[in-house]
Amino acid sequence: MVNLIVDGKNISTTEGTMLLEAIRGAGISIPTLCAHEAVSRSGACRLCVVEIKKGNRTRIVTSCLYAAEEGLIVDTKSERVLNVRRLVMELLLARCPESEVLQKLSKELCVEPQARFIADSDKGKCVLCRSCVRVCEEVVGVSAIGLFSRGSHKTVGTPYNEKSDACIGCGACVYVCPTGHIEMFTTGDKRKIWGRTFKMKTCDTCGRYFAPVDQLKYISKKTGVPLKELAICMDCR
Amino acid sequence: MKENPDTQARRVQDDLRLNYGPNKKFITICAGTGCRAYGSLKVKDALEAELKKQNMNVEVLATGCFGFCEKGPMLVIHPDKYFYQQVKVEDVPEIVSKTLAKGEVIGRLLYRDPDTKKTLFREEDLPFYKKQLRVVFGRNGMIDPTRIDDYLAIDGYQALGKALSEMTPEGVISEVKKAGLRGRGGGGFHAAFKWEGARRAHGSPKYVIANGDEGDPGAYMDRSLMEGNPHSIIEGMIIGAYAVGAQDGYIYVRNEYPLAVTHLTMAIASAKEAGLLGKNILGTNFSFDIHITKGAGAFVCGESSALFASIEGRAGEPRAKYVHAVEKGLWDKPTALNNVETWANVPLIINRGADWYAAIGTEGSKGTKIFSLVGKINNTGLIEVPMGTTLYEIIYDMGGGIPNGRKFKAVQTGGPSGGCIPESLLDIPVDFDKLYEVGSMMGSGGMIVMDDRSCMVDVARYFLAFLQEESCGKCVPCREGVRRMNNILEDICAGKGREGDVELLEKIATGVADGSLCALGGSAPNPVLSTIKYFREEYEAHIKDHRCPAGVCKALITYSIIPEKCTGCGLCIKVCPTQATSGEKKKAHKINNDKCTRCGACIESCKFEAILVK
Amino acid sequence: MKTTSNIAGKTKEIVKKHGKDKSSMIAVLQDIQEAFNYLPKQALKTAASAMNVPFSRVYEAATFYTAFSLKPRGENIVKICVGTACHVRGAATLQDKFERTLGIKPGETTKDKKFSLETVNCVGACALGPVVLINTEYHGQVTMKKVDKIIEKINNEGAQR
Repeated sequence: MVNLIVDGKNISTTEGTMLLEAIRGAGISIPTLCAHEAVSRSGACRLCVVEIKKGNRTRIVTSCLYAAEEGLIVDTKSERVLNVRRLVMELLLARCPESEVLQKLSKELCVEPQARFIADSDKGKCVLCRSCVRVCEEVVGVSAIGLFSRGSHKTVGTPYNEKSDACIGCGACVYVCPTGHIEMFTTGDKRKIWGRTFKMKTCDTCGRYFAPVDQLKYISKKTGVPLKELAICMDCR
Repeated sequence: MKENPDTQARRVQDDLRLNYGPNKKFITICAGTGCRAYGSLKVKDALEAELKKQNMNVEVLATGCFGFCEKGPMLVIHPDKYFYQQVKVEDVPEIVSKTLAKGEVIGRLLYRDPDTKKTLFREEDLPFYKKQLRVVFGRNGMIDPTRIDDYLAIDGYQALGKALSEMTPEGVISEVKKAGLRGRGGGGFHAAFKWEGARRAHGSPKYVIANGDEGDPGAYMDRSLMEGNPHSIIEGMIIGAYAVGAQDGYIYVRNEYPLAVTHLTMAIASAKEAGLLGKNILGTNFSFDIHITKGAGAFVCGESSALFASIEGRAGEPRAKYVHAVEKGLWDKPTALNNVETWANVPLIINRGADWYAAIGTEGSKGTKIFSLVGKINNTGLIEVPMGTTLYEIIYDMGGGIPNGRKFKAVQTGGPSGGCIPESLLDIPVDFDKLYEVGSMMGSGGMIVMDDRSCMVDVARYFLAFLQEESCGKCVPCREGVRRMNNILEDICAGKGREGDVELLEKIATGVADGSLCALGGSAPNPVLSTIKYFREEYEAHIKDHRCPAGVCKALITYSIIPEKCTGCGLCIKVCPTQATSGEKKKAHKINNDKCTRCGACIESCKFEAILVK
Repeated sequence: MKTTSNIAGKTKEIVKKHGKDKSSMIAVLQDIQEAFNYLPKQALKTAASAMNVPFSRVYEAATFYTAFSLKPRGENIVKICVGTACHVRGAATLQDKFERTLGIKPGETTKDKKFSLETVNCVGACALGPVVLINTEYHGQVTMKKVDKIIEKINNEGAQR
């Protein structure tokens, strides 16, 4: 166990726990957009920053990546912390003015849009949190999507913005997206995602369309379970 | 009996020294990238052809960069050490028939001191070189970097021999620690602490890396070392690897430096052949190999974790560094990463001792530092000075001041992460801590001098535009914050600045500096903050008076013709791309400001300085 | 014109030379660009499968580094140095001039495929600033008048490689 002080409160947590979990465990809320439990962490959104004090040195760290240490003094609401959080919110609001999630979060954090920033119209609701790319690589294992270019030109998508042969239409990226940026339409026997249309498979038991054929083929290939055995939806299993 | 590695290195050297006796006649000609661009290799070819024609047996050495890039192509004639500058192919027959055959000096090729009007014969007499202490960089001009023998002849690999035969790895680390060697790449972190950390860290294999991704625009000292004295870097790395316990090393070279790659590749091959690199170095059981990785154009790869990602074959995005690279660096293994110039300092420390080294410099910054002195300066070039030399000495004594009698305004140090230092601070001694104190930083050592025709808001905008393109785009404060700051600066330069913009810039800057994931974002606001700090009135002139005092920002200036100076020659009419200039021959011309795009073509063409920018 | 199969063949050769380890990715891309003057889509796909790296990762690297071009480039690459030293010596004005003269912006290629315009952040020839590189040849202290001469000369005689 390690003991630390968060906002003046003594808390203890198991060694190796990230500050984010330790702090939330103590009932103190910390906002995040990019720390999704399904994927590894990148520290991209910077909303979860806290100020830590070790000896005489203080510094700003991302709580999602910094492991709790014995004797650490953490301030989750210092002026510096709030300044970073406010800036990040202002910047994201200007990037994705349409995002309801960001609007709600900014209300919670009492941040108004910065009038001096001209709102973008070409970024959709994507905050580049990377969760979709990570889930596609780490959980699904197909790496159909990636993060392309750099700096302010950075985008997420399939190579050349073309239909990806690697995509299986599983929709895991939609599931982890914090802002609802990724569009997926499932109607009847078709699912459309990342510009590609997938054929859906009916459940052998209930007859409902439940998963893309390509996804079932991929699972079968990866696990060795015959395709036929995968033809039953979760509800009927 | 097996020869001691140290004696082995010395013996090779003694053999070689015989080739360059004190009275031997030979020519060294600068073949750095700058001089090559001036045509120095053509001069070299012409010299060799002429020598052959006149049946003279004099060797011409194409060496690394001499540093005085302003005056290339240049050469030194040994043993008299006559220094000829701005040499053209047409000068060659005379050089051979007069200087080489008869020992006569050719006056017009010598350097003339613009202040004293005296003609100077030797390199060391020139004001540019006089105050320098060229212990690291000076050896560039003495050797052909493609030949290991030349390096051996100037005591090369002797430090390695000494380290392997007389010193333990811990001993090497403590010597470097005692010398106080700090990283020359930017941060100024103590090299020995890194080595110690990597040595102690668990995990195998361990790596040493030379960072040659010199990305700061206006800085090219690392390139000149890689091109001009590659073995000094390699020797430093081998010693470092011995100290750390590393088996493999990488040199990460910036994409724009093809000659550096060629010379380093040759140097590695010949060091291997000589038993100085590879298995069982100098007969010991220490083995170490070096690989070269070529960058592909990304400033952020100068950041250590991004550099590792790039060597690993991925996009160069930094990662949060709460575990230090000495423990988890390249492929998550213990890694000691130092800048090229830092590595080149190592053999010196081992050869001449920590006490000698630590006697140079200031309290907190030991040794010398190479700077590139560029921009609005008379003597553009690379200089090496003891830490603690003042900016004034560098800019005026060595740099020869500002061209065309203009007024000094600021010197920008530290590249895009640094800041602009005003005239009032010219007497500060340059070292890591002092530059940081005044809101800039050492960076890799670029010094860009600016005069009264440089707009400080434009300079801040320039750096932010640079950083917006070079940000990896991973974290929000850097990707979005730098872009927004750049937008505001663009507005100010375009005359669309608003009341409160300066304060807003300061506020964003603090958030970007505190909130960014890596050092690129962490220091990105420096160019803005330092120019606001020292040149706030220039920002205000742009915002409140819609005026660019330096006459740079196109939206805020107008061109007009001074009738008294205009002779009506018609040249400006000919070159104007928008037909904004008009007038009759031999009568003062006029500029129509509605058509004028302030492209500068008329200013360039006018021989009478008749065009006024306001 | 290069056919799909010889792009794939050449790419496989390059991968073979560097080895399949994914740390060779940047070097492989550099050699592909060297061979074709840009990174053809087919080459990226072939490299991905030959090195067993997802296509998206290859495309990430190809779009991250500025040295790589995904579009075919012109016969002659004009690189304007926009380093700080060149900037304070008027590189921006020079860039405008090249843009006007060639009728293209940085990153673009003229219709006749003769020129591509690019910018570079310092080539370390600051004494010569403003500097322009035509292919591998350095041009120092470039003025607007010199720009016309440089372009004219290449149009008439071709450029040094």
